[in-house]
This record gives sequence, structure tokens and C-alpha cells, in this order.
Amino acid sequence: MARMQRRTVADLGFDETIKNLSPDKIARTIRYVLEKEAAARLKAYVDTCIHCGLCNEACHFYVSYDRDPSYAPVAKVRQTIWDMIEKKGKVDPETVKTYARIGFTECNICRRCSMYCPFGIDIGYMMILVRRICGLLKVAPSYLQDQGYSHMYTYSQSWVAQDDWVDTVQFVEEELRMNIKNARIPLDKEGAEIMYSPHSLEAKFKTNLLANIAKIMNVARVDWTMPSFDGWDSTNQSMHLGDHETMGMVERMHFSAGFRLKVKKIVTSECGHSFRAAVYDGSRSLGWKEPPITYLQPTQLFFEFVRDGRIRIARKIEEPVTVQDPCSIVRNRGLGGMLRSVVKAACEDFREVDPCLEHNYCCAAGSGVINYGPPWKFLRMEGGRAKIRQLQATGAKIVIAPCHSCHKTIEEMIDYYKADMHVMFISELLVKTMEIPEDMRTPEGKGSDQ
Amino acid sequence: MYEFLTSMELYTFLKGPMVWVAFSVFLSGSVYRVISLLKLARKDRVVYPYLNVKYSLRSLVHWLVPFGSRNMRLHPWVTVFAFAFHLGVIVTPILLYPHIALWHDAWGIRWWSLPEKIADFMTIVVLVCCAFFLLRRVFASEVRFVTFPSDYAIIAIVAAPFLTGFLAFHQVVDHYRLMVILHMAFGEVMLMAIPFTRLHHMFSFWLIRAHTGSEFGVFRHSRDY
Amino acid sequence: MNDVADWDWAPGDKCIADVADWKRRFPVVHEYTVTNDGEKIAAIVEQGNKAVTVCVNGELWPVVAERAWSLKFSPDNRLVCPMLREYEWSIVVDGSPWEETYDYVWNLTFSADGKSIAANIKKDNEFGICLNGRSWETRFTEARDVVVSPDGSRTASMVKVRRVATLDIFSFAEGVITVAVDGEAWERNFLSIWGMSFSSDSRMVAAGVNLDRLTYTVAINGVPWERTFSHIWEPLFKPGSYDVFAPVKIDGLWTLAMNGSPVWDNSFVQLWEHRFSPTTNEIAAVVAVQFGKWTVARDAVPWGKTFRDAVLAPVFSPDGKRVAAIVKEDDRYTIAVDGTAWNERFDMVWDPVFGPDGSRIAVKAERKGAYFIAVDGRPGRESYDYLWPPIFSPDGEKVLIRCIQGGKYYRRVRPVSDV
Repeated sequence: MARMQRRTVADLGFDETIKNLSPDKIARTIRYVLEKEAAARLKAYVDTCIHCGLCNEACHFYVSYDRDPSYAPVAKVRQTIWDMIEKKGKVDPETVKTYARIGFTECNICRRCSMYCPFGIDIGYMMILVRRICGLLKVAPSYLQDQGYSHMYTYSQSWVAQDDWVDTVQFVEEELRMNIKNARIPLDKEGAEIMYSPHSLEAKFKTNLLANIAKIMNVARVDWTMPSFDGWDSTNQSMHLGDHETMGMVERMHFSAGFRLKVKKIVTSECGHSFRAAVYDGSRSLGWKEPPITYLQPTQLFFEFVRDGRIRIARKIEEPVTVQDPCSIVRNRGLGGMLRSVVKAACEDFREVDPCLEHNYCCAAGSGVINYGPPWKFLRMEGGRAKIRQLQATGAKIVIAPCHSCHKTIEEMIDYYKADMHVMFISELLVKTMEIPEDMRTPEGKGSDQ
Repeated sequence: MYEFLTSMELYTFLKGPMVWVAFSVFLSGSVYRVISLLKLARKDRVVYPYLNVKYSLRSLVHWLVPFGSRNMRLHPWVTVFAFAFHLGVIVTPILLYPHIALWHDAWGIRWWSLPEKIADFMTIVVLVCCAFFLLRRVFASEVRFVTFPSDYAIIAIVAAPFLTGFLAFHQVVDHYRLMVILHMAFGEVMLMAIPFTRLHHMFSFWLIRAHTGSEFGVFRHSRDY
Repeated sequence: MNDVADWDWAPGDKCIADVADWKRRFPVVHEYTVTNDGEKIAAIVEQGNKAVTVCVNGELWPVVAERAWSLKFSPDNRLVCPMLREYEWSIVVDGSPWEETYDYVWNLTFSADGKSIAANIKKDNEFGICLNGRSWETRFTEARDVVVSPDGSRTASMVKVRRVATLDIFSFAEGVITVAVDGEAWERNFLSIWGMSFSSDSRMVAAGVNLDRLTYTVAINGVPWERTFSHIWEPLFKPGSYDVFAPVKIDGLWTLAMNGSPVWDNSFVQLWEHRFSPTTNEIAAVVAVQFGKWTVARDAVPWGKTFRDAVLAPVFSPDGKRVAAIVKEDDRYTIAVDGTAWNERFDMVWDPVFGPDGSRIAVKAERKGAYFIAVDGRPGRESYDYLWPPIFSPDGEKVLIRCIQGGKYYRRVRPVSDV
């Protein structure tokens, strides 16, 4: 049997944490998750899989790593779940590290493979179980673990202090007034139509993105707000860590904020995982069949704005443009059509990507992989080869990627592969192309680009 | 040993009581497996609330029509072999004249049978497909990586009744009764294996597809094909 | 004027302020806030670049600040606003700033009677709470959230007791989070805290705590229950006692526990927002009886009717006999009372307000951007541009309506039958 060949990566979250594991604890944890928490789906999947290997083409890692069989989706199940079941959980810490490496770093839980399995087996679900087991044993990439801890205390992924958040919002509002006359970012406005819920990066290093959103909200004259209190941040790395408890606390906090502010809709940031956490994993883990408050990704909101004429495009982008279909919003919620609709409204030359929509390749950074830090960057660069080749084939110069992970990793891949293109969020695209109404223009900004 | 294997007693046993046993095990085992899975799915709270007939059928249709899914188009040879194989495995035994004759002898019921040449052809197709699957397991690295001895065993379990049936019918081997006995034995083994091996997918296929199809249709607003 | 009986309950309309005029006077007017008795309306107004003040009933505060936010009336009708002046924040009460200044102030909170004003503060990169103008003597690496004791004399916050560098996962795993009460941290640290609350005599504090993965429990004054659970939600003291109740998760299902042991004999897919009856020992809570089927359970007995989207925290009537809650189904809101939902559906509805004898319920509701009062499921005749929740008169016969209509803010007293 072929053994998987992998380069050695030093990560304290793997190397140090396994030292504290006793065989008994490992076995107890594996059996708890596989026997107590998992039920029909795991059993049906394991008993049904006929090991045909037809899921292989689905995986961007498999494709990007020159069809290395050890990266095929079923191969990942073989090396984790099947192994645990066969050994009844009696494995050594080193094996847990292998499980963790596969579960955390070689699967983005993009769920493309369940579209390629003849039975429709949800391999992503099994990888979530692997992450759950390793997460309970605290064996996880240290960067991800750190963010999981941040959620436990701050309900945000980047240790944002409560005052930092409010201060940032007020600062962004002041800056925004350079461009938009009397622009407002109302905090805690009860009864607003929309609660915008940013990515924590927008409160720390990427405040320009928050400014872009605020600009669009003001121009579209939307009744919107954000909570000043915890629950404002839409991110949920605990989901990636298999820490369902903290994931649930974060999502409950998040929806409670929406109920407290009496909003009709919550709009997350241009982010894939936070959308998935809110509408899918988080809501379901708390007992909601659908998110209890209408939950939109900006792609949907911007689509409505453009469709309803609340945002008018002043001048279209002329360079060729293509899109990245983020798995969490397209395969997971079918927003690919709206994404194209907005992009086509703002761009002259749209180039379709192949394969596209739900068949699109994952960017190799999803499900937390983007956050694993420098030691794991190679994984995204190499694992994303299928992605960058696919984008390059369109001949586009701009890639619209409405997801923080996709955006960042494609930007880095462009550098890595020396591709002649750059990435934009939809909000950036709209801010560049939308018309600023006469009454909002300022002498400084003159209503032009920020 | 040889005498036992060719004995009339064994022949009568396999043709009579053992058929009852095999069918009972197959039927009750399959019913048990399906019901226990459906019950277990209740514990997996997120399965039933999302089930949807329309999207279950949409998914099933796309995966039951050759080349109805993107992955089938990506693997044309596997698709052709897989459809031919499944058609042959299911249809041939049911519509085979000698089998229907046995039903008629025992129960007085009969139905349309395949012309002999077509039945022969389909049997060969099943065996060729088995050979294809075997070779794929051996030579395709992504399949070899996830192949266990049990996977070869499953191919053998399925191929054996077809091979022995073919040999018996055409009386290729000297001892006709030996071949018939082996054919009946292997056939009964296969029937009994279905509920307890991954051959069980003949039932779980429908259930998993219904779940996945519904998930994609109802919740993910995407296609699973 | 804090006693409802002392308010002006003579039926009629009183125009308090022409708020449309404020929008003409100032380039930017923030959100309005009103007193409980409806006699005052206020908003932060911006006169120009970094010249911010507060407008109350049309009058301006003498204080002008660079920034102001979180303007609120306390329950005893004082107007409170954190303001930034010359790069320092302070809390301004009815136009007079507290002497203490801070690097930041947030989570402005009042005691139930309004006598105490508290907020989180940051000073010299240390965190704490200020209460009535005096901040905690001990400050922490970080503090989040403010809980004020029922008597208004004590405050609690969720604090980080020592600095942990980003990526130092091992230190965090040892536990650096705890609860600090009046600036004094509990002796024991935890991985995380969920929900802090005081006992009704203000002496004890309970919080949900996380000891390790799947090891959650409740700590009271820092001492955890012996039994742990795979998950927990916010603990609450039963009024007038030291008995602590919290939803706990056992074998994948939720039930209600008291002092560490389950007290409800059935369990649910979800259980949270438990509330105590004001008159009996009864407890009502939001539960999911099945996945996606929400309702209210009273002493573990769920209502027969369930709702698909959500059910919000139950509200007991003053006599403890009835329970009402906001329910949501098919993206429309309404009120359910003792298991029966009103026929009318709204785009949004606010918490049910019981009359003094519990027989009537009035709510603030909204449909297509128009606000109105609904009483016992019947929408009122008039609609408003904006509205605050209704308040019943002590005899239950009249309702105070605080509303904005045609650019003016009115205080209206109407007989219930005439809403």
C-alpha cells in the first residue's frame, strides 16, 4: 500500500500537543465522536463506499498535486475514519497527528466531492468528524487553535477588544465623511432593516473594507446598523476547529445581537466561512433548520441593490473580469448567478471560468486553511494550482472574489505563480464603479474613488 | 470432496432448503439494515427535516441516466462499464429462462425471459466488467490506494455465480452437475452477502442520494450532479 | 417621577418636540431616545466637524464634544452619554461630565432603578468598570461586559487576568479568563465564561464556565459545581434565593439544572432563556422540542404549538399566570400567549407588555415601515413614523404611547379601548 509522502512542517499545535495525549484519551475521544455524536450518516457512508475512487477528480488537491492518489477524497477517509474504525480508536499520538494533518490541512471541506461520488457520500462531513476528534484532543494548527481561543473570550477571531471595535467604527465613520457627506455608521440602532456583521479583520487591519461597505450602505440609503456589543463579528473559526460548543456560542451571540437590535436581515461580510457558519453549521447545531433571521451574504445584498437601482453604475470596468465562486456561498447556497449578475452590471468584459458555479474548484484556503500562518502557506500555493490555472485560462485581468479566504489566497497565488491579474471584492468593484448621488458628494471626495 | 461436491444430496439441498435460507437472509437482512439505518437517521437530526421528493428524484434521475452527471462525463469508460455491469447483474438473473423455469416449477409463476443469446451476451458483459473493475483496482493508482482485500472478495462474490452459470449452461466443464452446484452455491452466497457487505449499496444508494439530493436542492440551492 | 403612578395619565396628546426641526438645525442627527414617562426626547446632534452635543426637547447641552455615542435615558430619567472631549472620554449626565476621564467608555448600563450608572472603561491600556463616576481600583489586561447588581452597588465583568501573547495557545489553555466583581477577580480561571448574573440580594455572582473541552459547568463566586456538562448556557439565580438554574446539555440533549443537578425530567434539542415567575416557583424557557420546532416550556411542559423560525425569551404576566413570547414563523413575527399565537402577523414585533392585572398585552409592532400598537392581537388604528413600546397605566385602563408622527414627537395617553 502506498504511503503518503508529505513534507515535514513544524507546528506547535501538532508537535507539542500530541505529547499530552494518552492512548486511553485518544480512544475515548474517537469513540465518543464516532459512536455517540455521529449516527446514520457516518454509518451509511462507511458501509456504502465501494472504494471506486471516482471522487478523485473532485478534489483540487488531487488535481493540483499531479493526481497523487493520497490526496483523493476517499484516500483521506481511508487514512482517517476507516483507520479509526478498524483500530477501534486504539492509535498512538503520532497517528492522531496524521489524522489532524489530513483533516485540517488537506481538505477544505468544500464538499465538491459529494457532487462527484456516485452515491452522493458527504466526505466533507467525515472530515468535519476528523476535525472534531482532533480538535477535542487539541491537536490542530496553532494559528487556528489561537483563533478558536479568541472566539471563546471575544466571540471574534482576532482578539478584538470591545473598545477597539467601537473606536474603529467611529474612526471609519470620520474618514468616510471625507468622501460621503454626513455619512453615518449607526451603532445599536434598534429596528434598523439590516445589521451588517463584519469580518474581524475589518475591525483590525482591513478597515478600508468596512469603509467600502459603509460607503455602499450610505449611497444605497439603507437603514442599517451594527452592534457595539459582542456578536458583531461574523467569523467563526471554532467551526473549523470542530469546537461545536464555541461555534454555537458564537452563533447564538450573533443571532441574539440581531434579535436585540430588531433587524430584519443580517448581512455578513464578503466572507465564505462566516456565511456557512451562520446559515449551516452554526444554525443547525443550535436547532434551527434555517437561520432564524434572514441571513444574507453581500453578494445577495449587492445583487438586490443593483437590481432595484439603489446603486447605479457610473462607469463600467473595461478590463476583462472573471469570478471566483466561493464554495461556502455558491456550492453551499447557490449564489453564483447573483455574483455574475452584479459583476456583469459593473464590468464590460466578463469572462466565464471553467468549470464554474457549483463545479468550480476550491481555492485551497477554505475552512480555516487561510489562517494557518506561514508554515502552511506552501499548501495553499501548491494546492491552489488547479484554481490559478483555471483563472488564468480566462484571460481576465481582474478576479472578483467575494470571500476573504479566496481573496487573500488568490492574491498570494498571483504573486507565487507570477500571474498577470489582481483580485477584488464585490464591494471594491462597486465602490470603484458606482455613482455617488449629488447630495452626498463632498468637496474633498468630489464623489470619485475613495 | 469431489464426490460431495457433485453429490445429488448437495444438489437437492442447494436447490431446495438453501434457496429458502438464502432468500430469507437476503430479504430479512436487507429489511433489517434499511430499517435500522432509517431509525438511526432520526438521531442524526438534520436528515429528515430537509428530505424533499422533488430534489431526491432530481438527484436519482441524474445519477441513473448514463452521463447524466458531470463526473460520469469525466469518466466515460467507467460510466459505460458501470451501467452495463449493473444492468447485467440485476436484469440477467431475473429474466433468465432457466431461473424462471425454477420459479414456475416451484410456484407456478412465470414471466418474460431474455432470448438465450442476449442472456449469454449480458453474462459475458458482467464478467468483462468484473475484469475491468479488477484491473482498475490493480492498475489505477487512485483506486489501488483505497483497495482492501475485501474489495477483491466482493468482485469475486459477484463474478462467481455468473462465471459458473455460464460454464454450467454451456456445459464447458466435464461435470455438469458440479458446475450447477457451484453456481447455485455462489448465487446463494451472493444473495446472503448483499445485506452484510458493501453490496448493501443497492439499498443505501437510494437513501444517500435522497439525502444528498435534498440537501443540495432544498438548502444549498445547487446541483449535486 | 420614576413611579409610574406619578406620571401624567390624563388622556390626551402632548407634543413634546418638533424633531423635524432638529434635522433642519443640525447637519446630522443621531437616533432618538425617550424617557419612560415620555416627557423627554433626546438625540446626539452634530453641529459641524467634531462638534457634537446632545439635544433634549429642543434644548442643547452646554457640553460640546468631538465624539458622542450610546446616548440613553436611565430608568430614573437622567440623560447619560459617553463623550470624547480633548482626546479623553468621560460620562456626561444631564449635561455635567463626571470628573474621571478614560481612554474609552462603552457598555453603558443602569441598575434597575436607574440610580446606578456603570460602564466598561479603558485607562492606560488597563480595563475595568466605572460605577457612578468611580472606576474599579484594580484593573485588568482586558474586561468585557458590565453586569450591575440589583441594588446598584456592585458590578461584574468578564476579565482576562494576564496578558497572553497571540499564538500562545498553551497559556490560554491553562485558563486566563474569569469574572471580576467590584474589581476583584475570582480565584479560579477558566477557558471561557458565558453569562454573568447577580443574586437578588446582590451578594453572589454566577457564571457559566468552561473548564475544558466538553467540560462546562456553573461557578458561583468562583466555585464551580461538582458536576460538569458537555455544554451550558447562562445561569440565573432564582429571585430571593441562592438557587442557581442553568440549561445544561447531557447526552446531546438540553435540560434545566438547579445547583448542579437536572431538575426538569425531560430534555430538548435546545433550551435557553429561562425566566422565573414573579409570583410562583414556575420557570418558563424557550425550547426546541424537535430540530427546527421551537416553543415555550413551562416547568418542562412545552406548549402544544411549535414555531419554525424562532421563539424569543418568554415574559410572565405580573400575576405569574400567563406567559407570552415573540414567535417567528415564515419570516413573520407575532406574539404567542399560553401556546396560542395571535392571528395578526407583523414584519417586526417588540416584547409583549402585560397590563397590571395580566389580562391585556400591548406591543409595539411594525409592518412595511409603519409602526403601530397592537393590543391583544388587534392592531391599533393609527400608524406612526416611529414608536417606543407602550406602557400601561397603573389601573391598566390607559396606555402611554410615545410616538413620532409628521416630524413631531408626541406623548399620548389613550384609553386601551381607543388605541
